[in-house]
Amino acid sequence: MAQPGDGLKRAGLVVVLVAACALPFVLSGFRVFQCTQVCIYAIALLGLNILTGYNGQFSLGHGAFYAIGAYTTAIMIDRWNVGYGWTIPVAGVLCLVVGFLFGWPALRLEGLYLALATFSLALALPQILKYFEHWTGGSQGIVLSKPKAPWGLPLSEDQWLYFLSLIILVILFVLAANLLRGRTGRAIMAIRDNHLAAETMGINSALYKSMVFGVSAAYTGIAGALSAVAIAFVAPDSFDVFLSVTLLTGIVIGGLATISGAIFGAIFILFVPNWALDISKAAPWAIFGIFLIVFMYVMPRGIAGSLRLLWIRWMRPAVVNTQVKRNVS
Amino acid sequence: MSLTKRFVALCVALGMASLAGPGGAMAQTVVGVTATEIKVGNTNPYSGPASAYGTIGKVIGAYFKKVNDEGGINGRKINYISYDDQYSPPKTVEMVRKLVEQDQVAFLFQTLGTPPNSAIHKYMNEKKVPQLFVATGATKWNDPTHFPWTMGYQPNYQTEGRIYAAYILKNVPDAKVGILYQNDDYGKDYLKGFEDGLGDAAKKLIVMKQSYEVTDPTIDSQIVNLKNSGANVFFNITIPKFAAQAIKKANDIGWKPLHFLNNVSSSLGTVLKPAGLEASKGLITALYMKEITDPQWKNDKGFQDWVVFMKKYYPEGALDDQSNAFGYNVAILMTQVLKQCGNDLSRENIMRQAANLKNVELPLLLPGIKVNTSPTDFAPIEQEQLAKFDGERWAIFGDMVEAIRK
Repeated sequence: MAQPGDGLKRAGLVVVLVAACALPFVLSGFRVFQCTQVCIYAIALLGLNILTGYNGQFSLGHGAFYAIGAYTTAIMIDRWNVGYGWTIPVAGVLCLVVGFLFGWPALRLEGLYLALATFSLALALPQILKYFEHWTGGSQGIVLSKPKAPWGLPLSEDQWLYFLSLIILVILFVLAANLLRGRTGRAIMAIRDNHLAAETMGINSALYKSMVFGVSAAYTGIAGALSAVAIAFVAPDSFDVFLSVTLLTGIVIGGLATISGAIFGAIFILFVPNWALDISKAAPWAIFGIFLIVFMYVMPRGIAGSLRLLWIRWMRPAVVNTQVKRNVS
Repeated sequence: MSLTKRFVALCVALGMASLAGPGGAMAQTVVGVTATEIKVGNTNPYSGPASAYGTIGKVIGAYFKKVNDEGGINGRKINYISYDDQYSPPKTVEMVRKLVEQDQVAFLFQTLGTPPNSAIHKYMNEKKVPQLFVATGATKWNDPTHFPWTMGYQPNYQTEGRIYAAYILKNVPDAKVGILYQNDDYGKDYLKGFEDGLGDAAKKLIVMKQSYEVTDPTIDSQIVNLKNSGANVFFNITIPKFAAQAIKKANDIGWKPLHFLNNVSSSLGTVLKPAGLEASKGLITALYMKEITDPQWKNDKGFQDWVVFMKKYYPEGALDDQSNAFGYNVAILMTQVLKQCGNDLSRENIMRQAANLKNVELPLLLPGIKVNTSPTDFAPIEQEQLAKFDGERWAIFGDMVEAIRK
């Protein structure tokens, strides 16, 4: 179903991609590193958005999957000398399984109760990591080495990590778009909107919900794995409860049930705390809170949602015009 | 490079070599220094779970303000840039890269916490940027061979554990030791130092080890267990809140062991008073700083200067928080290093001078404790002094203990 403006959208997408590829060649190493972090957060946010935005299941514990992904990579590199490239899909698959298994019993929990159950996961994980000290290095964590660009590519470490994250981001975004725009996506959203009605229509609600939980965890786990490679260090302190809350903030600000919202949300959660700190050293989180309230007030559907509204409003005259033209002819 | 440029470079190199003496002919990197300013970078947890320590970052800033008000160091003002890292290693990496690559600081000073410093350890040494006087009690910062750009500050926990062990081996013939420790790197570091110090006797002497999580509400049952084990020596490795509980509970149930309390919780204001001064009688700890809530320092010059400084430059800072004394001390040490640098504020020379501290005394260190470093010794404070609580103050006894490092 081609809609007016589709060509424009596609052209916009190409421009954004080209700009994203050019970024590391114009920015300094530190800025490139920040862009890498935006890519990584965006993957995690998309994962959480699939679960919360599209499927209506709340999670206050996605930081735990992020941590599992990060530690999978760190332990495989540190203990078994596995190439980091191999550890990323392994982290994804492991989180898929863990997420699916966690999602199954969590089916009995709805809304706030599920949020609490996942919250407990985020609370418990840092302690569990300390308990298996032999593997995880306890609270001292695991120090890794930053990977160099492979195949003799003339890229710095920062540039290579950025491109690696960007490529994985694009692949995962395309996969998510395909998943969500098709029949499966409609089923996922139907469960969110009215799960009784969805079940009546023959959707296996239990299976879908657990599956979505698994996929969501896998995305977040891959993001965690990438973060371990980019930061070159993991420790329980990196994955406290605050991380989970930050991720939730990111998807709400970015735009629930939107794909592009993940990127906006990632930019927000990385940069806005820093701006807040620039504005006031004494009370950065108060400033951050004001930002948050202003954003929610001005853009109640998140950044992506508001942009979409603007887009529709802007395109509407065009739609009317074409109809008028058709009527005339 | 053209011939003239090469010639100039050679002249400069030779000039520097003659200035720096033998072995000083290495390349010099001067970053973050102008004729009027020295840029100093720092990260501290101003928010997040460890935000109680954030006051250290603030008191350091206040001290540098004092230095600047008094004319700076060799005419240069200190531009102290301190960011919040929330005690989260990924945030530390981001903020430190900002400090090094964007703000272009000359060096980092007093970055706080073991995990945050671990996350930037390699980076700082690859970039060859000094990471000076890190605020952590871990043992790994004294490793000039592998990490020539990183230096610790305070005596580490393992050393202190060994000091108590040595005391027990020498003075308590029939010791049966019970231990309570916090189940994390801090608790385990103390435990390791203590067990290493006891050596082969450890198995025989230690009759019970109990642990707790920092999130536990109380440690009462652990204390009861330790009493029932028949221990007559108690090594108490706990942070202030639990230390006060432990002292009180042991007293309440009539357990009177020889009680070793780790330095972390030696504060009169936050531990001994809440636990009860009578119940605290006979406690033994190892000190390297003046305990600022201890009345014996009331008329001490160093203490009084500190109070004047606090009231003028950091009035919102608490006068019963030892962290504010800690930050004041280490900021003074930093200015000492910068003074020693003279006009050569290259990163190489800053590191060289940091490793060239000879018998420096700081106003809030115990009398007699001196800061010493050398190119092979990156552990500035290595002395501690045993002290016994007499119901009113920490009474220092015995000789100064020189820490033996691995």
